[in-house]
This record gives sequence, structure tokens and C-alpha cells, in this order.
Amino acid sequence: MSDVLIQLQRVSVVANGADLLRDVNVSVRAGERIALLGANGAGKSTLLRVIHGLLAPTSGEVKTLSHLAQAMIFQRPVLLKRSVIDNVAFALVARGVAETAAKETARRVLAACGLDTFAERYARTLSGGEQQQLALARAWALTPRLLLADEPTASLAPAAVHAVESILRAQCDSGTTLVFATHNRGQAKRIATRILFLHEGRVVEDANGENFFASPKSIEAIEYLNVERA
Amino acid sequence: MSVIADAFSAALDMIVRSDATLTEIALLSLRVSGTATLIAIAIALPLAAWVAQTRSRAREPIILLLNAAMALPPVIVGLVVYLLLSRSGPLGALGWLFTPSGMIFAQTILIAPIIAALARQTLEDANAEYRDLFTSLALTRTQRTKTLLFETRFSLLVLLLAGFGRAIAEVGAVMMVGGNIAGHTRVMTTSIALETSKGELALALALGIILLSIVLIVSGAAQLANAYLKRRYV
Repeated sequence: MSDVLIQLQRVSVVANGADLLRDVNVSVRAGERIALLGANGAGKSTLLRVIHGLLAPTSGEVKTLSHLAQAMIFQRPVLLKRSVIDNVAFALVARGVAETAAKETARRVLAACGLDTFAERYARTLSGGEQQQLALARAWALTPRLLLADEPTASLAPAAVHAVESILRAQCDSGTTLVFATHNRGQAKRIATRILFLHEGRVVEDANGENFFASPKSIEAIEYLNVERA
Repeated sequence: MSVIADAFSAALDMIVRSDATLTEIALLSLRVSGTATLIAIAIALPLAAWVAQTRSRAREPIILLLNAAMALPPVIVGLVVYLLLSRSGPLGALGWLFTPSGMIFAQTILIAPIIAALARQTLEDANAEYRDLFTSLALTRTQRTKTLLFETRFSLLVLLLAGFGRAIAEVGAVMMVGGNIAGHTRVMTTSIALETSKGELALALALGIILLSIVLIVSGAAQLANAYLKRRYV
């Protein structure tokens, strides 16, 4: 199974007495676009954090392909108090890329993300949508094989959602595997090839996008989709 | 009232014609407190950065000590440093008692905990904000520390200026450790205390005006730095 990038085996996470993840078994294969769906507190963000190594599981095992380049963007973009271009270049310099080369790459990636005109502006003066685009550009500059995104378009205006989704799709088209958490069913339909539906820390449904939305199997998923429709 | 007016007039005259004694005392004050601030920064910032990021068991006791040390009375610092530097003390061989070096030593002890305690809080808040990003980018400890210090540079600058302000306005420790020797260890605060007790109000007032001006300039610089930070980085 050489195309498996990450494999979670019986992963559980307990924090402050609460079960955030319970006995999760998931494999992420190269080229997949996986949407994590579920109500608030279902464990979507926790699962992403475990996959990315930000959170250690209480039990179970996370097997990662050796030297797997991965990046993660967060619901609230974490930007440094520097210019737009310096935010991108910073990530590259931290990986050992020379400053000049880092800036060159940063310019190229910013152009691909539609942010080239903002290159010299201070990152924190950008709008919410532009900040998330910048976070994506920074992730893209690292050429990750696996990109994790935690509700990347939450509370963004429709135009900004469109811009962010375009970048996500472009990254996927360039060969990046994507796992993202979202509450936006339309977004999951537009982007994902596979849906993991979580409920109270468990993966209760693992299906391809079309099947999940056309005929969800679990009661929890049916209820979730009905509530969303209402 | 005329005594005060006369003293004030004489003080202004000394400042205008850059009186040699006045200048020497002011420059020594700046040298001692400036050096103490630089040394305190070199000690306090790495310590603060370490405490802000560590999960070591030593963390809470160190924070407690730093916070408590912020309220160290200068005369207690003066007494302890005096005992350390006295001929029979453990650091007596340095020969620093009644020298500017001893005064720098005392002021460093006085302000390093203040800078460390306040910087720790600033760096810890920044670390909470950036921790996930740093981990995601697989930054080394050194890269994290350098980035945290850079990202908080304007807030830290305000703390450093506050530390300098505390040092230059301090009188108890430098009086005890320096001995207030004319032309050697006499600084503005100790000189003001001495001249006032002698009734030499002109020199005391002139030094007071300079000291107040320095404190005002430092506070103004801190305020400007803060305003710049808010304007530029939102």
C-alpha cells in the first residue's frame, strides 16, 4: 500500500475526561480529497490535529509515510506580523531555503493565489478571505504532499470562499492530497472525493462523496443532513 | 518662594551652560543604567523565552520567583550586593564595591527580573498564538525563540524602556553599592538626595530636571513605539 500517506489505527484522544476521538481507523491515500463532516464537537479538528502531529493520541497508532511533507491551515489564519511576501518566505527560510530563492518562490506562489499585488502589504491588514488565501499560499509554497485544512472558509464571504476553494482545487490538481474539515455541505460536494462523517469522536461513515449525499447509511449522518437541509 | 525661584533659575543656568559637574553626573547615570539595562536584556529575554515555552516542572517556581522579584526593594538589593562585593564577601575579589561596575551589577539584579517577568507574559501570549504554526512548520527551538522575539519586538521594546526607566530612577541600591563618591560613583539620584540634604538646591533641581526629562523621553519613546505598533500591525 505504497499510496497510503497516513494510517490511523484505533486512535483515541481523551482530554479533560472527554472522549474527543474514539477508536478511529482511517487511511489517507495519495490524491484523495477527503472532507470531514460532522456537528460541532464531532472530532473533526481533533482528527486533523492528530494527523498533522499537533496532538498526540491517547491510544492507538498514527503511521506516517516517512518524510511526508505536509502542511496545515487553520480556521483562523495564523499570520506573522510581517509583509505578505515575508509570511510566505518565512516558511521556506525555516526549511533551509536561501532568502533570495525563498522570496522568488513566494512571489510565484502569491501570483498563483492572486495575491501578488499585496506582496509588500502587511499581512494583518488583509481582509479575512485574503488572509486565508495567504495562509494557503504559504502552505502551497512548501509543496506538501498532504494538505490539512480546518474549516478554511468558515465565516468568509461568498467571494472569499470561492477564492479559497479555487486555490484548494489548484493545489489538489498539482498533486496535493487534501483533508479538510467543513460545515459547508456544498463545499464538500464541490471539492471532496471522499467523505468521513464523524459523530461524537467516531467515524460513523466513510463513503465517496456522491454516495454519502445521495444515500447516507448511518442515522447520525441522515439526521445531520436533514438538519443542514432545514 | 524666592529661594525656589532662585534655585530654579540657577539650575536652568547650569543646564544651559552645560556645567561640567552636572554633565559628568548625568553621563555616568546614563552609562550605568544603560549598561545595566543591556546586561539585564541579555539575561532576561532568553530566560523569559525559555519559561514562556517550557513545560518543565521548574516553570511555575521560576514564574513565582520572577514575579516576586519585580517588587524587590532597591535597598535590599543594595544590601545583598554590598555584602557580596564587600572585601570579605564571595565576590570581594572583583573589587567592584564603590565602583560603577558594582552599581551596574546592583541595577542589573534589580531590573532583570522585571524585564524577564513582563517579557515572559508577552512571549507566552505570542507563543499561544503561534504554537500550532511553529509546530506545523517544524521549527526548531532556536527558530521558535528567534521568531517569538521578533514578532513581539515592539511590545518588548516598551518593556526594555520601562526597565531602563526603573534603573535610572533608582537611588537606594546605587547609593549603598556606589557610595556616592564625587567624580567616581555619583549619579543623578544619589546626587539629588545629597545636594538637597546640603541645601544646594540649584544642582539638585538641575539634575532633577534632567532626570525628569530622561524619564519623559523614555516614556514618550515607549508610547510612540506602542502607537507605531498599533498603527502598522493592527
